[in-house]
Amino acid sequence: MQKNRLFDHLVLILGSLFLMVPVVVAFMTSTHTAADIHSNGLSLAWGDNFIETYEKVLTREGGFTGQVTGSRMVMNSFILGIGFAIGKIVLSMLAAYAIVYFRLRFATLAFWVIFTTLLLPLEVRIMPSYQVMSNLGLLNSYMGLIVPLLASATGTFYFRQFFKSVPDELLEAARIDGAGPIKFFIDVLVPLSRTMIAAIFIIMFVYGWNQYLWPMLMTTDERFFTLMRGIKQILQVWIGSQIPDYNEAFALAVLAMLPPVLIVVVFQSWFIKGLTENDK
Amino acid sequence: MASIDINRVSKTYAGGNRAVHSVDITIGDGEFIVLVGPSGCGKSTLLRMVAGLEEITEGEVKIGGRVVNTLEPAERDIAMVFQNYALYPHMTVRQNLEYGLKNRNTPRAEIDARVAEAARMLEISPYLDRKPRALSGGQRQRVAMGRAIIRKPAAFLFDEPLSNLDAKLRVSMRGEIRRLQRRLGTTSIYVTHDQLEAMTLADRLVVLNDGRIEQIGSPLEVYHEPASTFVASFIGAPAMSLVQAELHGDRLAIGPSLLNLDGYAPASGPVTVGVRAEDLRPAHAGEEALAFRLDYVEELGAHRLVHGHVGDQALVVTLPLAAVLQDEMRLAVDPRRLHFFARESGSRLATAGLPPVLRQQAMEPAEMPG
Repeated sequence: MQKNRLFDHLVLILGSLFLMVPVVVAFMTSTHTAADIHSNGLSLAWGDNFIETYEKVLTREGGFTGQVTGSRMVMNSFILGIGFAIGKIVLSMLAAYAIVYFRLRFATLAFWVIFTTLLLPLEVRIMPSYQVMSNLGLLNSYMGLIVPLLASATGTFYFRQFFKSVPDELLEAARIDGAGPIKFFIDVLVPLSRTMIAAIFIIMFVYGWNQYLWPMLMTTDERFFTLMRGIKQILQVWIGSQIPDYNEAFALAVLAMLPPVLIVVVFQSWFIKGLTENDK
Repeated sequence: MASIDINRVSKTYAGGNRAVHSVDITIGDGEFIVLVGPSGCGKSTLLRMVAGLEEITEGEVKIGGRVVNTLEPAERDIAMVFQNYALYPHMTVRQNLEYGLKNRNTPRAEIDARVAEAARMLEISPYLDRKPRALSGGQRQRVAMGRAIIRKPAAFLFDEPLSNLDAKLRVSMRGEIRRLQRRLGTTSIYVTHDQLEAMTLADRLVVLNDGRIEQIGSPLEVYHEPASTFVASFIGAPAMSLVQAELHGDRLAIGPSLLNLDGYAPASGPVTVGVRAEDLRPAHAGEEALAFRLDYVEELGAHRLVHGHVGDQALVVTLPLAAVLQDEMRLAVDPRRLHFFARESGSRLATAGLPPVLRQQAMEPAEMPG
């Protein structure tokens, strides 16, 4: 028993080391100067350049036009991630609500049509989507960044399954209590879906935060650059004998990691609370 | 407070499945009606049509003289109690109670007064700020009833409200529902598959089978004058024994036994005879009797249920503890206590016997020989 436990811990420790060490290395390395990194390689020790690097990354106006700072990129990423998550949740909840609760003639068909779009990822339809956005004049705008990616088969599917598991009597009780379709949705379904909303928020926020291809295509104006693009931008600057700003790239990577981690931590507790509290 | 008229109501589901066949029920103001029948008999469908949760295919439902066929459930002035309580799990008890009133824009003071009154009546005041999940089954059912009475509707609809409770709680809640309904005087329709619940609660019973009404009547009428073999076998525990028999004039042949009916016989021919377990008694010496072969005994404490056969047909008899049990017994029955049904249709045959009213009166207890 005791031996077993020791072994369990060993496995767990190894596993967490495996996942944590690269992050720690990235963070530690980011506190050294670029030249230091260039000559000594990656580092596990604390450097003395922490404040300078992060200050520079967050406030220096970089890029070709010199208009975009790290904090601006963080903000853009947040707008994208949150806009994404909220938009997807609202849209897919409403779609699932219509499919499950209204006696539409083609509800099942509509659901399967939505579902098959899972087979068509963004990359497949990226050209037509770009064309549409371009014709609508939405290039270089937050709307153009977010809207085309909002329709979510996954979200609709999850919410549909969830709504189907809500007992019919709740709807009937609400109807007798005089709640119309909108009131029922807001007063009963949305609060009941809290856990689902939290789960999907986590997934969708991270998905939106990590978007790379679509923002790169949609935005040429550097004011709309996201963190993901910023990291790449830094490493691209390799002019002549200049040393690439490894430290800044690492710092940005660490910064890019923080919000999703925070979101997961915050929503996970909500998620688990919801799971244990809900019994229907 | 209102009367409810169910007028030739039918329900046909998509696909032609007919769940309710042209049902007529007139329910008086303040009456407690129980719809009873086996599962799939259409009783819930009928209730849900009254509630407005199910569309009415044909016919008319009137609540308080107003045709409600096309009205939304909320506009019908009814309240419903569900089998699984259907409380909103994310709201506190108080919010659950208030919800219907809030949606009707009832003034705050009025809501508070009504919540307090309902909570006091149902003894749920201590739980008002809890969520339903923190309540026991019985408490949840009280809250569900609170949600119904707080609206002061014209009618209560109960859809098997006690089925999820354990047996002991069911008995006490049964009493409470009855008491509450008496006190409020609200017209009620109650659906159950439990004949005991039906008997104890109802002013009048409606026995349904396969979407059709088999019989409407007071519990005693239905018990003592079942209109068909279906009602006879469904109402009462133990179920009425039904045996195939032949009538020859005034003589009844059940298997090998012959009984003289003293003129209480319907027309001659093959019949199904029904006899309640408590109407049989051990026969005196020399009396005409049924030859009964004992199979097994169920002890109920106060008396015994004795299962056995007459000829090859099963029969149940209630015997006092004092009665001597033997493998072969002779049982007598007052001919007036026999029920005759047509062999084919199963419907009740009129006898020249007692008028129905007399049947319900307690007859002098059968004497027990030594």
